[in-house]
Amino acid sequence: MSLTTILMTVFSTTFVYAAPLIFTALGGTFSERSGVVNVGLEGMMIIGAFGSTVFNLTFASTFGSLTPWISLFIGALFGLVFSLLHAVATVTFRADHIISGTVLNLMAPALAVFLTRVLYEGKGQTPVINQSMGNFTFPLLSKIPFIGKVLFTHTSLIAFIAIIVGILCWYFFFRTSLGLRMRSVGENPMAADILGINVVKYKYMGVLISGFMGGIGGAVMAQSITLNFSASTISGQGFMSLAAMIFGKWNPLGATGAALFFGLAQSLPIIGVYIPLLSHVNTVWFQIAPYAITIIVLVIFLGKAVAPAADGENYIKGK
Amino acid sequence: MHTKSLKGLTIPLISVLAGFIVGAILMLIFGYDPIQNYQNLLKGSLGGIYSIGETLRNMISLILTALGFAVASKAGFFNIGGPGQYLIGWFGAIVFTLKFSHLPAVILIIGALLCGALAGGLWSMIAGVLRAYFGTSEVITTIMLNYIILYLVNFAVKSWLASKGSDSSPNITTKANLNTPFLQHITDNSTFNWGFFIALAVVGLVWFYFKKTKSGFEIQAVGLNESASQYAGVNVKRTIIIAMLISGLLAGLGGAIDGLGNFENISVSNNLPNVGYNGMAVALLAAGNPIGIIFSALLFSALQIGGLSISVYSNTPSEIVDIVIASIIFFVGIKYAFELMTKKGWLKRKNKVVKGGAEK
Repeated sequence: MSLTTILMTVFSTTFVYAAPLIFTALGGTFSERSGVVNVGLEGMMIIGAFGSTVFNLTFASTFGSLTPWISLFIGALFGLVFSLLHAVATVTFRADHIISGTVLNLMAPALAVFLTRVLYEGKGQTPVINQSMGNFTFPLLSKIPFIGKVLFTHTSLIAFIAIIVGILCWYFFFRTSLGLRMRSVGENPMAADILGINVVKYKYMGVLISGFMGGIGGAVMAQSITLNFSASTISGQGFMSLAAMIFGKWNPLGATGAALFFGLAQSLPIIGVYIPLLSHVNTVWFQIAPYAITIIVLVIFLGKAVAPAADGENYIKGK
Repeated sequence: MHTKSLKGLTIPLISVLAGFIVGAILMLIFGYDPIQNYQNLLKGSLGGIYSIGETLRNMISLILTALGFAVASKAGFFNIGGPGQYLIGWFGAIVFTLKFSHLPAVILIIGALLCGALAGGLWSMIAGVLRAYFGTSEVITTIMLNYIILYLVNFAVKSWLASKGSDSSPNITTKANLNTPFLQHITDNSTFNWGFFIALAVVGLVWFYFKKTKSGFEIQAVGLNESASQYAGVNVKRTIIIAMLISGLLAGLGGAIDGLGNFENISVSNNLPNVGYNGMAVALLAAGNPIGIIFSALLFSALQIGGLSISVYSNTPSEIVDIVIASIIFFVGIKYAFELMTKKGWLKRKNKVVKGGAEK
């Protein structure tokens, strides 16, 4: 294989695996920046993957090649509705955030597989979708010598969109007043409340957006990688996204970068065989790398002082 | 008065009831018969000697992983590492049994269980050390450690224990099996095994540890107020590490017993064992009370075992029981909602009495 082809494969597989993580990790930043810890990202992805797959299978003949893209939106809506559980529990009923998040992770696979069996004659997995997200070649950019071939040929369009969304999220949090308010709710809800910011509203917004994005993440996973839905469609990607969010210091750009890096780690076992230096490394090290790196980063660089100050605390008015 | 009674059995009982109602509603929506299914569930879990044996066996790992979670939460920590600690305990016990199969049965079993428990404890202790010395959130580290151990165990099973091309280790020698012919004989060939009595004994030990020992008291003190304990002379760092160590030991023991008594080997798996998460659910329902954990484990175990027969006797998907379990924990989690409701209900009742008095 030539260097260009190797690099093209490395980048495109990295992008394919990173895209679901980027969306979900960005979702995580919304929830946690508004002060609600979200260990339920995995569950939100599962519901998104389920919703999108069912939609895709049902409407593939109606919408043709547009189906996967509409499915993303449907998956996002499923995730949003599901995340309402977390929002109601944590914001309105003062539940412990970790317990509520755990409930999402227990509930999602149970509910999704239950419904799958209801819809598909008792089978625990859906049929394979016909309209999936194929690869994409950018019309003009791919003509650029070398870079065009490496980055913009046969690549994952949704990953590029994900990166752009990541930049937009950063802009939202650090350049708009709405974003500033949301951050203030996660840092010091009482001060925000005194300044007239509706704490409950922003917390709901944060959690629901995380459900929306987590749903997209799950949908991307189902529409571009697994191509059907079963209990094992989402196996740890939600937790890996959580890791990416932390590794990225609760910053959308950091989370995007970390998710790309984890995407690379996930793609290395697949493409490593073609790369002379890596072909001797056992795949297990690539598999554990994202998780191990997250722990190391937390220990060495971060400590506990980087999360939003009031992350995980319930705000009780007048206390 | 009311808040005090709420802290007791009210919340768990309401939550369980509400969970079952959610399950029933869901079944009604999709055209399944809830009453029939709940009857089948009861029959499948407690309706005969065999099913009782299965339900009790399934309780073992639920009890132990729940105790593990409860010990950590007494110290104020959320140990989500149960699935990983259970897995490494299972792995440790199988490795020990395979490598020392020439030892006499009793020593082999004790060694394997200790090896599994210790593996779980040490794995969990990593999170404890990081928490104690670097302040790293144990929630995150235990989640990450879960996935690290999943892949490491898969790797070790595939490249070390399993024969070439296979995804499972060989079976352990029969003399190490906790599910002895005698127990099979009296329980209609169920998988009920001696581990059940070990689990019950451990419940007693944990209860004793928290009620009667200094170390157990220190763990609770740290859980209530870290700085106050520090001023009172408790070595907080050491206590954190001990709490996480014990927590992992218990989950690891659960894995070890399941390994010897139920699975008899270990295979490559794509997912973390669910029992670790279900153990959390058991502990949350029991609010960390060791005795409560026995009953809560019985309930969830019966749901799981009975759930299997739901899909045998009807076309209802057995996942319905997992939905019920998740709902129960959801209701336990939002106990504030019940407190609100009782408060309002209580006020209403009081008003009524006053009104009634006025009318007379």
